[in-house]
Amino acid sequence: MDARFDYLLRLGDDALILGQQLGLWTGHGPALEEDIALTNIGLDQIGQARAWLTLAGRIEGQGRDEDRLAYFRDQAEFRNALLCERPNGHFGDTIVRQFLFDTYAVGLHEGLSRSSDPEIAAIARKSAKESAYHLRHSRAWMVRLGDGTEESHAKVQQSLDDLLPYVGDLFHSDEATQNAAVEGWGVDPAELREGWEARFNEMLDESGLTCPESVPEQTGGRVGRHTEQLSFLLAEMQVLPRTYPDAQW
Amino acid sequence: MVMRSPDDWLAILETVPDPEIPVLNVVEMGIVRGVDCTEGGLTVRITPTYMGCPAMDAIADDIRTTLGPFAREESRSLTVELVYSPAWTTDWLDDKAQAKLEAYGIAPPGKTSDKRALNGEAPDIRCPKCKSTETELVSLFGSTACKAHYTCGSCGEPFDHFKCI
Ligand SMILES: [Zn+2]
Repeated sequence: MDARFDYLLRLGDDALILGQQLGLWTGHGPALEEDIALTNIGLDQIGQARAWLTLAGRIEGQGRDEDRLAYFRDQAEFRNALLCERPNGHFGDTIVRQFLFDTYAVGLHEGLSRSSDPEIAAIARKSAKESAYHLRHSRAWMVRLGDGTEESHAKVQQSLDDLLPYVGDLFHSDEATQNAAVEGWGVDPAELREGWEARFNEMLDESGLTCPESVPEQTGGRVGRHTEQLSFLLAEMQVLPRTYPDAQW
Repeated sequence: MVMRSPDDWLAILETVPDPEIPVLNVVEMGIVRGVDCTEGGLTVRITPTYMGCPAMDAIADDIRTTLGPFAREESRSLTVELVYSPAWTTDWLDDKAQAKLEAYGIAPPGKTSDKRALNGEAPDIRCPKCKSTETELVSLFGSTACKAHYTCGSCGEPFDHFKCI
């Protein structure tokens, strides 16, 4: 099997699962502007997922298109990082999840823009513009909530403490990612950690939020070991095409 | 019968409006990247403004509907191909297109060489109604993926700004 297939699933599944969750905010945002913002970001994520999964399916060569890969794989076949499947929670939880992901995505897309694979590079260059814009939004909220009222600070600090253990999974490095970097078509996420930390620490300085002394790490998403949250999410996302596999709309 | 040249096909494509910003056509928007004529075939290459732009399917359909009869005249099979490279940029909106946007009530994107917008600094966004630059960002995300939401401090007009990317 082409090594790019599994690698592209990781990229596509991150975007798909995050996009699906952001879509759940439709009609539930704390203000109309934020409702629109979160769903727009979700739409960008779904767009990126479509591009990565379409490319993955073509490289695999088994006739699976984006829909087949999104709707007809089971939980253990998903390769998204655990952070992406953390539940929406309250607005602060969603913003923290998004910020932690965006700070990773800007480095990832920037690195992949230089991929030796022209199709990967093209999708990454397009995505890079979007992730930079998403980060501008999520970062502004981190500062506003962290440096806001006592209540907003306490809430978003709690969200940060809850979600930080899932960050390590984003930087999961294995033989596949290391080979991807050596061969020049991919990026080894381990190499993105330093840039991530610089962006993260800048936000801490500005928001007054703090990082706990030691953070335990939960990993497993990249090899298909997921939390139960993903089961609920997939059940809702996949029920229609699985019940009516020939449905057309 | 004289066969149409790529420029002739582009001229027909200029009659296809953008479904979300109908004051501009799909060529002015920079969505149409080119037309390739081959033996018995015609390919229109399009690129999305944003990866998740929900209008792409509608745009491809509109292109097929508009070009279809002309392509059949020349016994050409018509293909609309989605490409991602080079990534779409608002720099492809020329001065004429930017002026049309402003007249339509959308503050135009300006040029990406003015990097202030992307770097988080506030660029001078001019109210499309009264032309005042006393404007304020309400939300980074507006009515569609390609727009941000502003309000004018001088005349009170809420308006969309075409994001500069
Ligand atoms: Zn005004």
